Amino acid sequence: MFSTRVQAILVASMLIGLGLGLTLYKAISLSFPLLPGEYRDVWTLESKINFEPSAKGPVEIELRLPEMLTGWTAADEHFASSGFGFAVIDGPAETMAGAENAEIAESSEQKLTETDRRARWTRQQLERPTTLYYKLQIYRSVEPQPLPAIVPPIVPPPLLEEDQLAAMARLVAKLDSVSSGPESFTGLLIQEINSQSPDQDTLFLLSSYREDSAVVILDVLAYRGISASRVRGIVLEDGRRRQTLSSLIEIHGAESSIVFNPKTAATGLPDNFFVWQRGDSAILNVMGGRNSSLEFALVSNRLPAKTLIGMGQASPEIDFLDFSIYALPVEQQGIFKGLLLIPVAALIVVLMRILVGVRTSGTFMPVLLALAFIQTTLVVGLMIFIALLGIGLWIRSYLSHLNLLLVSRVAAVIIVVILLMAILAVISYKLGLDQALTVTFFPTVIVAWTIERMSILWEEEGGYEVLVQGSGSLIVAVMAYLTMSNAVVAHLTFNFPELMLSLLGVILLLGKYTGFRLSELYRFRDMGRLK
Amino acid sequence: MIRLVSPARLRELGILGMNRRNISFIGTHNRRKNYRLADNKLATKSAALSRGLPVPKLYGTIESQSQIKSMAAQLADKPSFVIKPAQGSGGKGILVVTGRADGLFVKSSGLVIDEREIQKHTSNILAGLYSLGGRNDSAMVEALIDFDPRLQDYSVEGVPDIRIIVFRGVPVMAMMRCATHASDGKANLHQGAVGVGLDIGTGQSLHAVQYNRIINQHPDSGKGFADLAIPHWHQVLDLAASCASMTGLDYLGADIVLDLQGGPMLLELNARPGLAIQVANQAGLRWRLAAAAEIADRTTDQAEKIQWACEQFTREPAGQLDLVIN
Repeated sequence: MFSTRVQAILVASMLIGLGLGLTLYKAISLSFPLLPGEYRDVWTLESKINFEPSAKGPVEIELRLPEMLTGWTAADEHFASSGFGFAVIDGPAETMAGAENAEIAESSEQKLTETDRRARWTRQQLERPTTLYYKLQIYRSVEPQPLPAIVPPIVPPPLLEEDQLAAMARLVAKLDSVSSGPESFTGLLIQEINSQSPDQDTLFLLSSYREDSAVVILDVLAYRGISASRVRGIVLEDGRRRQTLSSLIEIHGAESSIVFNPKTAATGLPDNFFVWQRGDSAILNVMGGRNSSLEFALVSNRLPAKTLIGMGQASPEIDFLDFSIYALPVEQQGIFKGLLLIPVAALIVVLMRILVGVRTSGTFMPVLLALAFIQTTLVVGLMIFIALLGIGLWIRSYLSHLNLLLVSRVAAVIIVVILLMAILAVISYKLGLDQALTVTFFPTVIVAWTIERMSILWEEEGGYEVLVQGSGSLIVAVMAYLTMSNAVVAHLTFNFPELMLSLLGVILLLGKYTGFRLSELYRFRDMGRLK
Repeated sequence: MIRLVSPARLRELGILGMNRRNISFIGTHNRRKNYRLADNKLATKSAALSRGLPVPKLYGTIESQSQIKSMAAQLADKPSFVIKPAQGSGGKGILVVTGRADGLFVKSSGLVIDEREIQKHTSNILAGLYSLGGRNDSAMVEALIDFDPRLQDYSVEGVPDIRIIVFRGVPVMAMMRCATHASDGKANLHQGAVGVGLDIGTGQSLHAVQYNRIINQHPDSGKGFADLAIPHWHQVLDLAASCASMTGLDYLGADIVLDLQGGPMLLELNARPGLAIQVANQAGLRWRLAAAAEIADRTTDQAEKIQWACEQFTREPAGQLDLVIN
């Protein structure tokens, strides 16, 4: 029987070897680069179509698929359709009787899009509310480009009540008198619609439409004879779960078109806007269903350019060997992105405690703190944490006068912490410091326990010990944060999760380290010199 | 610039580091199931009593919040007492009442507190505030040690205790911990108590250390440490060594106090004794632990072990153990 020391070394070296071996295999045979570098941001858009069946009878769902405009390229797409008949159709949409237009869209006659790809799910009967998925991975293969020019569609003037028409005429006349052409007219119109104090006519139009102000803008433009249409798409934000489609407004000139943001009047297509569809026709058609919605979950990864080209063509064997996180649904990928960083933070804690001998308040509290810092950014996070801790300790010192039982005292501190967080968020929001809103990412219960422990430490061992352990925790947390937010570390943990095995091996080895800690070289510095 | 000592120098001095203590001594020699006897002072006390080892008298225990209200009445005839958590660690949560004044309680620091403070303190103990892992705990009330007047002035505002590291039944290293005003009457070295290294052979002082610095006299009383010699030294060693077989712990720290009437008494045991004792002795533990292992391999008799230890770990240690034993 081996001694535990030999056992630990054997198991650890096996783990380290296995992790490194798999990593090397992936790096060499599957050409995953070890370093982030020749990388593309790949966005995975997961569209979720939720709906309830409305009555007995067939159900048919049609989702218009996006075209790849403005420099985007699709790397991979995937449909989830268990129990449904499924087809991807090219060609003009058939009009579906009784179809519910889920997205705000009037059926307009002009077909702006050149291609017309749609995904269609069908089923004879359906009892329960259902969710259908469409997953698309896109990346920029070339620099962002403007929308390609198309023949300006002729938009008929809106059909309105007389008083609406009168108001619109006055508004157009007013804007005409101060604008120099279609572009400045549109800009002024959007500003007017969104202004804090719109004039009587605008106010009347907005209230009589009962719809999205973009519709008002489009109608005014149509009335004015400017050819305009919607551009619908997704604002790409990493980690968003329930993103919905947003609209921009495009006005068509003879050769080019100009895109306006209907809220800010900013022109130009933002780089993070993925165009799903140009034109006003419906994106989602649900027949035989109701309460349908279309939501998107977004996650961004950095993938090697080389891998992207081969994506979707990889042979099944490689897929099997490559147990990559990319196989998971997007939401879980986003979660794992953070989860896979925790072992690294744990390693930092182990190193700091075993090799350096830093004292922290709570063994793995610094890891949780570092995770919060990732959401808040470092400086803001530190300031919020110190503020919470300081005020919390002050209030806790009053609670200790009240002579409460431990559990209710900690519960009281938890409530105080949440109140403080709310107050901090509200005040900073009013002051325009949006960053402090991230205060919600701090783990409330952990902060409360930290306050409780620190305050006992204060009473028992004095403020000095609080300072030592508090700053020890913060130093470890900051180091864990810096490591976790390092691009190479994030790349390696996410793309080579097998490295976790090596990490485990290293931690096992450290668990058998019998040498001195750095702090002991200080603690025993006078040994043997004093005689 | 922070001055550090090289690891090579520490190895040469035989200093035991925290990691090695945890893996090679506590982890290897102390079985988890034996911890309970050391971690729970009530368990220690009853085990000691059943073996006839002297301990401070137990006035009573408080196990539920409902008992707290009546505790003052029950303590009415006790002018002095100590309240401590049964599973406390590092001397936390110990409240020492040395006397009464106008129906109020006088703490060892001279501070006067009322009944409410005592109840609050006890309530905190029961809630697990001072206990390992924050578990619910019980409070024990025991007699205040009437410490030997020969140790008077070596300790201020608190009882001095003697910590002895026992490895496999062999007393290895000893120190007396003297409370100071700075340590708030606690015998805790990093809070400013004085550690006095003791010669295992004679019970005489070797060095006194406060905050890692050598001192010659008590910072508050001015009493010099040079002529300190622990009375009943052999009994103290015997009591400490007995704890090893009592608990089954191979590596432990025994805390012993000297009572005027009762002589050496076992105060508490520690399954994870700290390393500061090396500073107080200005000596490393490692070679002594290795020597103790050899002694324990040669004999199982407690008196013989102590005899060997007294010869080995004394002011002029033989240094070459093999020569002595062979």
